[in-house]
Amino acid sequence: MTNPVWKNIVFFVFLVLIQVLIFNNIQLSGYINPYIYVVFILVLPFETPNWLLLLSSFLLGLCIDFFTHTIGIHAAACTFMAFCRPGVISYLSSSKNIEPGMKPSIRDLGFSWFLSYSIILIFLHHLLLFYLEVFRFNEILLTLTRVIISTFVTLILVIIINYFFFKTK
Amino acid sequence: MRNLFALLRKHYFFFMFIILEVLSFSLIINHNNYPNTVFFNSTNQITGSTYRLFSNISEYLSLRKANLELAEENAILRNQIKYAFVVTDTNSFLYKDTLFRFISAMVVNNSIHKRNNYFMLNKGKKHGVKPEMGVISPRGTAGIIISVSKNYSTAMSLLHNKVQVSAKIKKNNQSAIVIWNGRNYREGILEDIPTHINLYQGDSIITSGNSFFFPEGILIGIVKKHERQFEENLNKATITFATDFNSIKHVYIAKNLMVGQQREQINSLQND
Repeated sequence: MTNPVWKNIVFFVFLVLIQVLIFNNIQLSGYINPYIYVVFILVLPFETPNWLLLLSSFLLGLCIDFFTHTIGIHAAACTFMAFCRPGVISYLSSSKNIEPGMKPSIRDLGFSWFLSYSIILIFLHHLLLFYLEVFRFNEILLTLTRVIISTFVTLILVIIINYFFFKTK
Repeated sequence: MRNLFALLRKHYFFFMFIILEVLSFSLIINHNNYPNTVFFNSTNQITGSTYRLFSNISEYLSLRKANLELAEENAILRNQIKYAFVVTDTNSFLYKDTLFRFISAMVVNNSIHKRNNYFMLNKGKKHGVKPEMGVISPRGTAGIIISVSKNYSTAMSLLHNKVQVSAKIKKNNQSAIVIWNGRNYREGILEDIPTHINLYQGDSIITSGNSFFFPEGILIGIVKKHERQFEENLNKATITFATDFNSIKHVYIAKNLMVGQQREQINSLQND
């Protein structure tokens, strides 16, 4: 289990299962759908080749799609998020040096870096996801409210998971 | 040619992104015209058994409530048996031809917070379930089957932007349509009410029997608020759904025995 590839595959399956079995059933006032599984795309190591990043995100989205009967929607949103990831990293990391072996986590890069990094990516993911799900423009403000509220709930869960899995030294 | 390959290699990230997005969007679009549900059928079997494992656990926790609901329904059904009526004149006692058969099923997976919601049932092709059959809960209408695998079937619930239930107002038989606007899973919208009709809180809205999916007279919901606007031809009202989609567990699939003949009639009308 020391091999990072195996570790990530287990993490992948684990996230899909807790998303579809637990978080899809969470009921918070009807506006909030936390999509915790995106944490997989957030915490993939920096050395991950770009093709693997895109492909694994696409597969992750597709797996969620199969369980929620929304074929293609999560896949599209995840692929978009993965596509934006390298850009966001280079935009945010101009002041910080990323050394080999580092992971995008609170432990390695600090709380404020991780907060802005995940808030941008989660927001982009939720934006595409919720608008694709509605697929029409006459509920544009209602959907935006749902995007913003869900982004914050997902963010809180992502930070909790980050403290959980990447313990501080 | 070599330049092309160099270009592709240089920007492969972008091109791969485009290819994957095009793939996802084609899946979305293919999926949106809903007879095209090939994907469901191949994956229903896997996702269905995963969900059932966990649904078995939550079933135990809601057994008491389920029992109560079924007992109540039994009482209603008992009231409809022949011996519950006083038969004064046997010659005038009318039996309608059987139009619907019901298959009982359990919900193994359900959603209510999406814009388009689905639930999965533990009955499939093996039990005689086919697409486009209506699903009713003990309290009222619930959804429409859209895809079937060997042991499982998937239905879109009334909480879906493609579902329009042909309804009528029980007190005066005026027909209208029930849709869902995506806000609150307890409330639907009754559309196309003629302006001269006045609705009051508590009026029952039932299925009209005009569609192939539901038998006539199944409760859809009760009126919550009706705002009349005189400048428009048709009014809207808010209704409370009879079915609580959040706690839906035991359902019946309504199998229309005459659907083939009804379809034939409509097709022959359209061909003329």
